[in-house]
Amino acid sequence: MTSAAHVTLRAAEKTFARADSRETIHAVGPIDLDLHKGEFFAVVGPSGCGKSTMLELIAGLTEATRGSVEFEGVPISGRIPDGVGVVFQEDACFPWMTVRDNIGFGLRRAKLSRAECADRVAKALQMMGLEAFAESYPAQLSGGMRQRVCIARTLVTQPRLVLLDEPFGALDQQTRLLMGEELLKLWRHTGATVFLITHALDEATMLADRIGVMSARPGRLLEIIETNWPRDRDSRIVEDVRFGEITARLWRSLREESMKSIGKARVA
Amino acid sequence: MSRAALYRIAILAGIVALFEILCLTGKIDRITMQPPHRMVMDLGRMIGSGKLNAAIVQTLSNAGIALVLALVVGIASAIILFRFRVARDVLDPLFATYYAIPVFAFYPLLIVLFGLGDTPQILLGFMLAVVAVIVNTLNGLDRVPRVLLKTARVNQMGGTETALKIMLPSAAPYVLTGVKLAVAYSLIGIIGAEFIMSRGGMGYEISFAYNNFDNATMYPLILLILFVSLSLNTALSLWERRLLRRRGQR
Repeated sequence: MTSAAHVTLRAAEKTFARADSRETIHAVGPIDLDLHKGEFFAVVGPSGCGKSTMLELIAGLTEATRGSVEFEGVPISGRIPDGVGVVFQEDACFPWMTVRDNIGFGLRRAKLSRAECADRVAKALQMMGLEAFAESYPAQLSGGMRQRVCIARTLVTQPRLVLLDEPFGALDQQTRLLMGEELLKLWRHTGATVFLITHALDEATMLADRIGVMSARPGRLLEIIETNWPRDRDSRIVEDVRFGEITARLWRSLREESMKSIGKARVA
Repeated sequence: MSRAALYRIAILAGIVALFEILCLTGKIDRITMQPPHRMVMDLGRMIGSGKLNAAIVQTLSNAGIALVLALVVGIASAIILFRFRVARDVLDPLFATYYAIPVFAFYPLLIVLFGLGDTPQILLGFMLAVVAVIVNTLNGLDRVPRVLLKTARVNQMGGTETALKIMLPSAAPYVLTGVKLAVAYSLIGIIGAEFIMSRGGMGYEISFAYNNFDNATMYPLILLILFVSLSLNTALSLWERRLLRRRGQR
């Protein structure tokens, strides 16, 4: 991991106007964060704390109300920067395209040669275990397989910054672990900076170099925990005694915030 | 073949058989209606003789032009209205009541403006078809998942590319419903206009035959229109079914 700031958030905040009144909702911030080039950063936080909004700020899908967000030193102000790939929580497969065409979508738009496209798509299909379903349509796949298609479609374009919004939420535990391994391999191979949002504390612990813990809404970073895992790691890291310690520490930080988010009184 | 299709064929066959019996037994006299088998024979003879080919070509080409115009203008308008909420809010009530307006009442005005040629007829066909395309396309665009639009933005796609590569393919089943209606409406518009006042076309020939008690021409022409409309509708329905099956919706 290098230390150059790849993404920088400075006092970044987002407020939304309520559709039914003149009130505003303070969704997230102020947030100060540096994502280092090539690091794997995960964010955990209670439901509705603004994790996805934070991701959308970095992706340029929404503009910060106050503060600034920069990618590679260039301010992002509601403009989608080059070299950013996003995997959304929802099923974003194009239902009218086969799995092969879905995965190759970004490559075709990048006007790569047909051979290069076919080669990269074939590798992605193999990596995601979707070879047998290359000519299937998304409706013929399970929810988990569809999400793998979306992940492949993003990663195949080799973005420099990968933003993942709970990408494994639809997968079963075993597949999540294996997909996590594949993601780690890709991360090592491409050297991309990865920003992952997840509800699963164990997933964050297994995958990330650093984990940001967010407060209940308006989401702010309460603390950043460094895992200090070796770069060359896989799902067997769950056997490490520190894995449990880090996960437990995350839960200690999050428990009270989670209670707040579901409307419970302050816990003792 | 699906059970529904079999029932459909059985019902149609039953209706045809009923008319055949009623005509052959004299319950319906020949001046009122010919037996269906006679209509088919007359249609074959008419097409074989080539007597009405010019009228058939005129009607179908005008209906085709009206349909294409309605599709291009209708789909483009729907995309624009989808993007401009205020314009849509203004026009939505008009769309809801549009088919209560007797469009054929504008035919004399169109003849005054454009003469007694093809243009007023094409405009009538277009006017009847275009709103069905707009309403159904908008219906489909409303259902495009937001995540697909976000995906388009992440892929740095512009407005036109997003519309062509994401929004319209996603809304395709609904657009196709609009196309099916537009096929019927454009035919109705052209034939209706020809029927009222024209110098040619199938509607004109039907009108002429109707006024002269020429059932041997009128019914086969009606049968031909029915056949063309049914064929196009069936082809579009098959396409629609294929699209829906791919999406796991049927």
